[in-house]
Amino acid sequence: MTTYEHIAIGDSFECGSHRFSAEEIKRFAKLYDQQVFHTDEVAAKETLLGALCASGWHTAAIMMKLFVKRLADENEKVKARGKAAPALGPSLGVDDLRWLKPVFVDDEIAFSAQIVGKRESESRPGWGIVSIKSSGLNQKGEPVFACTGHIFVAKIETD
Amino acid sequence: MAKRFFEDFTVGEKLPLGSKQVTSAEIIAYAAEFDPQPAHLGDQTGGEMIIDGLIASSWHVGALFMSMICDGFLLDSSSMGSPGIETLKWRHPVRPDDTLSAFSIVIETRTSKSRPEMGIVRFRHEVHNQTGDIVMWLENPILFGRRQAASS
Repeated sequence: MTTYEHIAIGDSFECGSHRFSAEEIKRFAKLYDQQVFHTDEVAAKETLLGALCASGWHTAAIMMKLFVKRLADENEKVKARGKAAPALGPSLGVDDLRWLKPVFVDDEIAFSAQIVGKRESESRPGWGIVSIKSSGLNQKGEPVFACTGHIFVAKIETD
Repeated sequence: MAKRFFEDFTVGEKLPLGSKQVTSAEIIAYAAEFDPQPAHLGDQTGGEMIIDGLIASSWHVGALFMSMICDGFLLDSSSMGSPGIETLKWRHPVRPDDTLSAFSIVIETRTSKSRPEMGIVRFRHEVHNQTGDIVMWLENPILFGRRQAASS
């Protein structure tokens, strides 16, 4: 990732993977999503999902965690070359978010991101809006998560 | 209140989800684990930013909405989960001590041919802050068990 000008549609990058432990799934669920299929291994077996699985908001949170980590690593490289790291602005929203399959206990999900669009912001000079499709695959290679997010990215290098 | 099944949702119905106050500790704890960007950790050090000051991660706002809909009606329903979100917009930042309130409006209900034991309810959900700004809205389907499936 670099400034808005350097981002090209079609660019893609791996963001790393994350294993969802039962403890972590239940800890997130306790705070934000206490449906039984996210909190109770036994009760979850009687539901459509079939077993304890992560809240969809947990999967999205991990996607973001790995994306931010990847961006930070990239920014370190930019700084090492003596340039200022670009500013990332707020998210506008996401489209077509899909929880394609449940993320079960001990599933390891590999996330990747692809640039699918870019445009200059009409309301905020100095900023562009970049559209990024995020995808998550489990250890069997099955897609479990996808969404397309729209994020402000600075057009000029900031210090 | 009786447990809600698919049959209990009618198009146009507005379900209040109550309200929730957001603390700076909670914003920072979520960000530290999932979205450690300066704006969400309270350590912005100048630079060119669109929004100043500590603001919650957008995904944290989504998770907070989820806790509100759980308490609002989902935990006392035949919810079977959701396949996704068609559209989600973050319209206004959430700051420490904001009080969020939310509601869900039923926009469509349909039964499933392949799975007669369940139905699909599409909602528009809105989250507002204490001054009436719309903070986030989203539209998504949620799957619910049908009453006759539960009683048979």
